[in-house]
Amino acid sequence: MTGAAFTIGFYFPAAAKGAASVLTGKGAEVIGVELTSWISIDKTGLVTLVNHRSEMGQGSFQSVPQVIAEELEVDLDKVNIVFATGDQSKYGSQITGGSSTVRGSYKALLLTGATAREMLITAAANKWAVNKSDCYAKNGEVFHRPSGKKIGYGEVAEDAAKLKPPTNIALKERKNYTIIGQPLPRQDTPLKTNGKAEFGLDKKLPGMLYAVVERNPRFMGKIKSFDDTAAKAIPGVKHVIKVEMPVFATTRHGVAVVADTLWAAMQARKVLKVEWDDEGFEHVNSAQLYDRMKANLTQKTLSQRTGGDFDYAFDGAEKKLEAVYETPYESHSCMEPLNCIANVQEDKCEIWGPIQGPDWIQKDISDKLKIPVENVKVNMTFLGGGFGRKAFTDYTTEAVLISKEIKAPVQVVWTREDDMTQGPFRPGAVYGCKAGLKDGRMAAFQVKMSSQNMDHQWPGANKKIFNASTTEGFLEAYFESIPNYSFADIPTEAVVPVMWWRSVYSSTNGFAFESFIDELAHEAGKDPLDFRRSHVGERYQAVIDKLEEKTGWKTRGKNEGWGVAITECFKSIVGEAVKVSRKADGKVTIDKVVAVMDCGWYVNPDIVKAQIEGSIVMALGAAAIHETHFEDGKAVEKNFDTYRMPRISDTPEMDIHIMDNEEKPGGAGEPALPPFAPALCNAIFDLTGKRIRKLPFKLSDV
Amino acid sequence: MAAYKLTINKKIYNIEADPKMPLLWAIRDLANLTGTKYGCGIAQCGACTVHLNGNPVRACSIPVSAAVNQQITTIEGLPEDNTHPVQQAWIQEQVPQCGYCQSGQIMAATALLKKNPNPTDKDIDTAMQGVICRCGTYVRIRKAIKTAAAIMANPSSH
Repeated sequence: MTGAAFTIGFYFPAAAKGAASVLTGKGAEVIGVELTSWISIDKTGLVTLVNHRSEMGQGSFQSVPQVIAEELEVDLDKVNIVFATGDQSKYGSQITGGSSTVRGSYKALLLTGATAREMLITAAANKWAVNKSDCYAKNGEVFHRPSGKKIGYGEVAEDAAKLKPPTNIALKERKNYTIIGQPLPRQDTPLKTNGKAEFGLDKKLPGMLYAVVERNPRFMGKIKSFDDTAAKAIPGVKHVIKVEMPVFATTRHGVAVVADTLWAAMQARKVLKVEWDDEGFEHVNSAQLYDRMKANLTQKTLSQRTGGDFDYAFDGAEKKLEAVYETPYESHSCMEPLNCIANVQEDKCEIWGPIQGPDWIQKDISDKLKIPVENVKVNMTFLGGGFGRKAFTDYTTEAVLISKEIKAPVQVVWTREDDMTQGPFRPGAVYGCKAGLKDGRMAAFQVKMSSQNMDHQWPGANKKIFNASTTEGFLEAYFESIPNYSFADIPTEAVVPVMWWRSVYSSTNGFAFESFIDELAHEAGKDPLDFRRSHVGERYQAVIDKLEEKTGWKTRGKNEGWGVAITECFKSIVGEAVKVSRKADGKVTIDKVVAVMDCGWYVNPDIVKAQIEGSIVMALGAAAIHETHFEDGKAVEKNFDTYRMPRISDTPEMDIHIMDNEEKPGGAGEPALPPFAPALCNAIFDLTGKRIRKLPFKLSDV
Repeated sequence: MAAYKLTINKKIYNIEADPKMPLLWAIRDLANLTGTKYGCGIAQCGACTVHLNGNPVRACSIPVSAAVNQQITTIEGLPEDNTHPVQQAWIQEQVPQCGYCQSGQIMAATALLKKNPNPTDKDIDTAMQGVICRCGTYVRIRKAIKTAAAIMANPSSH
């Protein structure tokens, strides 16, 4: 960090197995390691904190610095926050996925902040020749308790940098926090209300050209021929070239049109003629895909997790239930379509864009261009949404290949239609569920998931390996209370590329699990909340109790339209209750959603709340509004006129609660998505007696 | 290509463009005002909402030639220091998540409040229906518009 008097961060020694060592910038030089500069302080006292994760709306730009500031004792309003570049050797994993930013980094962040604080206090005490124990730090200054004198961090930063970082620092107890746990306003909000926040699409480089790419709409076809005569006649068009974008183990063939303005490139693409060679692979449609998934339920499964003896217990059960649930393919449809700027110069490459996995992309580009990893610089801008899509390496590779070929900086822009039709998509899934009840409890529980396995798409993947996500979304507590269970999958073969979509397999698993458990509760003649409560321990019961209290569950009327669901995803437990009613015009509407999240140790309750609100809206879309279909091998929905989004008028009232406890941090960005769809459908059952087992459905058809 | 004089945020921009070029790209790539966003290109998402003579329009679906001699206002036409009541309300209610659609949301909201200083939930739903937020900040948008209305009604109280 140029101009910094004191930098401190940590690195991960290979021998320490993930435990971080805190070092100063100078200390790192001595032993020749690259330091993660989380914190730097210049002589004026300006504190710069580095956010190593991407900011796609989930609030890392606020929550990462908010953790550091707590132990560093600085006022967040007075610090400068910058994005890190992609570099795993410095920052550890930067893949912003799995709702992992806080839960994966909080200990190292706290320790780094505390270490810096202790060194600044020591430097001040030395300068004053007083006992360190008489000094403390607050708001970017060190104070001497007996005399009342104080000194700014900037004035002692240089001296602090010469000290050896202390070890065994006691971290604060949660009850003593003044910054963590507070609903502090986000530091990025003012940039997002005056148009100043720079997203990938807003970044411009001198001499930069623009490219749009006509890619094969069937995912796997090759180019037979193309005619660029008309395209090249459009003023501003500079190049029309073939480009091959790797997508997992396949190659997406395309023709890139490069021009001096984006509009010119878009116009030229419209008159470009490409003839595709689409022989030799399946041109799938949705009906075939779902028939295949359903038929697969009777095939041999790949087992992920079992306990007891399901078949034996099921045979001996007092009551038996079987059901099949279906969930759709979905597009991520981030509001900012994919884009990436690449500037390849000989053996160097620099890119800018909305990127969820900067470290992964740095390595990927280094491999693909066969240049040293340190010659690849990956710059993160703000992301206009991510949801898993922008953690992939396809769009960045494509931009790099185009820049390399035309020898100029270029921004590749995906139109909305490109973004929505090219995938990767959330995989659709069909679930075969079977369970047996004994004494009013779940004695046997089986789920067979029939869906594409994302992991099977990579080159050389072993397709005999089970899907490791068949239990995602299921309460861990159920594995203790259900004596016989079996979770397995049958991988669906299809050319459709699939990818993480907010809460990943939980987003569809949750619907099957929690719809089925609701059916079992009814079969057992039990109240849906009581039935679940009788199968879980204290921590889960607290969530159920809170839901019961906030919904007025016990005093609700019979068949009033209340439904509930509870899922566990990325170490957080979320319960949601939905209230529906039939209006005078005969239409069923969603009146209210009550959500209770237990994400353990959390940083900023207002950001957690915002993530729950957003998850509910996104879940509503996938449950009752949109779906991606395939016809003749191509995605059907191309833009928001057919892939309709939830709008403000679709949004119900929300009542959101976060549990306070001493548990470890869980995820916040995704776990509130899975319980919404089952809670909604369970509410519709309560109101109408009709079970919805296939998503999406239309509220107007209920 | 033709020469156009555009008035954006009370400033004159002399640009050269294809007459069919949507106003959106003229604003973003020729006037270099990138606060206005591209989201769909077919007037379905509202990310590109700007004011044309005070009325909210979708800049992606108006050719630049049709915007000549009109007052165009973009997000950059609001105070950079966020002192407009709608910006203040957006900050107070912590509306943005990713923030990409928020220029469009804010421009739609300012147009609504200019015409209707005290909108009901239904008025808000109608006026804001055209602007998609994939992060799902709608609950807060609704609240912030009411907060903005209160600030406008009684500026000294905030």
